[in-house]
Amino acid sequence: MNLLKGGSVRAWAGFAGAAVLLFALAPLALSEFRLGLLAKYLCTAMVAVGICLAWGRGGLLTLGQGVFFGLGGYAMAMHLKIADAGPGNLPDFMQLYGTATELPWWWQPFTNPVFALAATVLLPMVVAALLGLFIFRRRVKGAYFAILSQALAAAFAIWLIGQQATTGGTNGLTDIQGFFGYDLNDPVNQRMVYFIIAAALLLLMALARQLIQSRYGELLVAVRDSEERVRFLGYDPANVKLVAYVVAAGMAGLAGALFVPAVGIISPALIGIVPSIEFVIGAAVGGRASLVGAVLGAVAVAWAKTALSEEFPAAWTYFQGLLFIVALAFLPGGLASLAVFVRRRGTRRKKAAAVVPVGEAA
Amino acid sequence: MTVILGQTFTGISIGAVLLLIALGLSLTFGQMNVINMAHGEFIMAGAYTTYVLQKSISGAGISLLVALPVAFLVSGALGALLEWLLIRRLYLRPLDTLLVTWGVSLMLQQLARDIFGAPNVQTRAPDWLTGNITLIGGDDPLTVANSRLFILGLAVAAVVALSLTLRLTPLGRRIRAVVQSRDLAEVSGISTSRVDRTAFFIGSGLAGVAGVALTLVGPIGPTMGTNVIIDAFLVIVVGGIGQLRGTVIVAFVLGVLQSVLEYSTTVSVAKVLVLVAIVAFLQWRPQGLYTLRTRSLV
Repeated sequence: MNLLKGGSVRAWAGFAGAAVLLFALAPLALSEFRLGLLAKYLCTAMVAVGICLAWGRGGLLTLGQGVFFGLGGYAMAMHLKIADAGPGNLPDFMQLYGTATELPWWWQPFTNPVFALAATVLLPMVVAALLGLFIFRRRVKGAYFAILSQALAAAFAIWLIGQQATTGGTNGLTDIQGFFGYDLNDPVNQRMVYFIIAAALLLLMALARQLIQSRYGELLVAVRDSEERVRFLGYDPANVKLVAYVVAAGMAGLAGALFVPAVGIISPALIGIVPSIEFVIGAAVGGRASLVGAVLGAVAVAWAKTALSEEFPAAWTYFQGLLFIVALAFLPGGLASLAVFVRRRGTRRKKAAAVVPVGEAA
Repeated sequence: MTVILGQTFTGISIGAVLLLIALGLSLTFGQMNVINMAHGEFIMAGAYTTYVLQKSISGAGISLLVALPVAFLVSGALGALLEWLLIRRLYLRPLDTLLVTWGVSLMLQQLARDIFGAPNVQTRAPDWLTGNITLIGGDDPLTVANSRLFILGLAVAAVVALSLTLRLTPLGRRIRAVVQSRDLAEVSGISTSRVDRTAFFIGSGLAGVAGVALTLVGPIGPTMGTNVIIDAFLVIVVGGIGQLRGTVIVAFVLGVLQSVLEYSTTVSVAKVLVLVAIVAFLQWRPQGLYTLRTRSLV
């Protein structure tokens, strides 16, 4: 159980070993297509790691992770599009619309691969820092924060759609062929992308675990549970929340950046209100406060979506709605808490049998 | 000059729609502290009610007038059902109500898709709402669509009715008592759970009325609720939670702002600028335009 609660080092080492082994064996067991899907789910799981930190630990219900995922994704896709087009050429969709005769000024820096790579993580972090400063300093929180973050996701998607000529509009940036000189159509290179994603996910989980275990992690939970008391103790809760929000944004940005070579597309439909909430549901189903729970939940929900929506798109929507209702109304700790709950019931029952004759079992 | 007046009036009519959409929310979110994401789908239910009634009643004028009370009852009943099934278990966890009701909204959207089909449908406006009224004649006339005026009138009527109910009736007094001090109200013999459900019925019913109004300005479809819900929440947040006058003022201000910005930039840039303006405004007044003064720390 320590495993799910982020406990002992040995449990974590065991988990990490098992994960590495699983990730290493997956390409042998899965077809090319399925491996691509798995890579996609793992990207969702990377966003869930950030959500676990910001929402599960910090109580910041961010319904706008799609924005940061999108910033990372677009930063990466812009560079890959420029690289695909070759030096001096415009990306294909700009030629198609014929509106731009040269690369727009804000595309220019993304020609540089180092800048583009750094931007995939730093851009979301800067945006989150600016927004967080404005919001947390003035003690805008709870539902206000959730709604503002959701409005941000809506506004960002609408803005992208509006800039047809320079962002590809509704279509987004599609048909990405290469990844820093490697041809993405080659299955070997696809496998390489998968390994990068799996490694990045494990890295982010380790980072998140370090944060959760540290003094800062304790402070974050304290802010979630009683912000006023933390303030009276002399800390500034705004800074504590800001760090969690910014780190979560960076993780979502990296996820978005790696999503692009794995899937070959980034578009407003992948980052608007609906996908932003879908990021949250995975973490909620698995267990928002448990790192492993959130990651497994995210993968499971993403997998369920593919499995169900391919065959029955209508059924998937009902099922998704039910997942929200059941996971949040009746099992707020997610599936991770189910294990703890069952275990606790077991021990309680033993104790109850020994000491208390009736009642108090629940 | 006429351009400015024209944009202002367009803004006012956007504001009237916003106000109608946000009015029910100001009751359920503001008074009950429940973030009901399914509110948009109650609006959709009102719009589809109008559509069904128009199919079954021949006269477009009569069916619209019949639709107003019927939509109120249909959406209100949905709201009361939702409150009874789910929300009453979650009053202590407002953030979770947000996600739970989002789940409900997904299911309602799919239900609408299964019943009425995925494509949008349209209602026919009655004859007395087609035409325009000329406010300023001459070379550079300023005309206003009748349907827009009707929506403005409907919004004003709904605000007046709601505020009179809250101010004057015994039910209104009970609602205000529960909002101000739930425990004290309970001790005074008020059944707070019944008041919660009634308030939810009224708030959701107003969403149904908003749905009827929306049929006059746009198509009816399964996702129409999602498109308006965030704007409605922003109106409430900026106006101040549970503050009716804040909701009214902010709905019109945001409507005019949106309209003016759309005129000088594009629709998508205007959306982003409005959001920036809202975040800037919250720096000045983090609790919204009007707040109930309390001695709490937040």
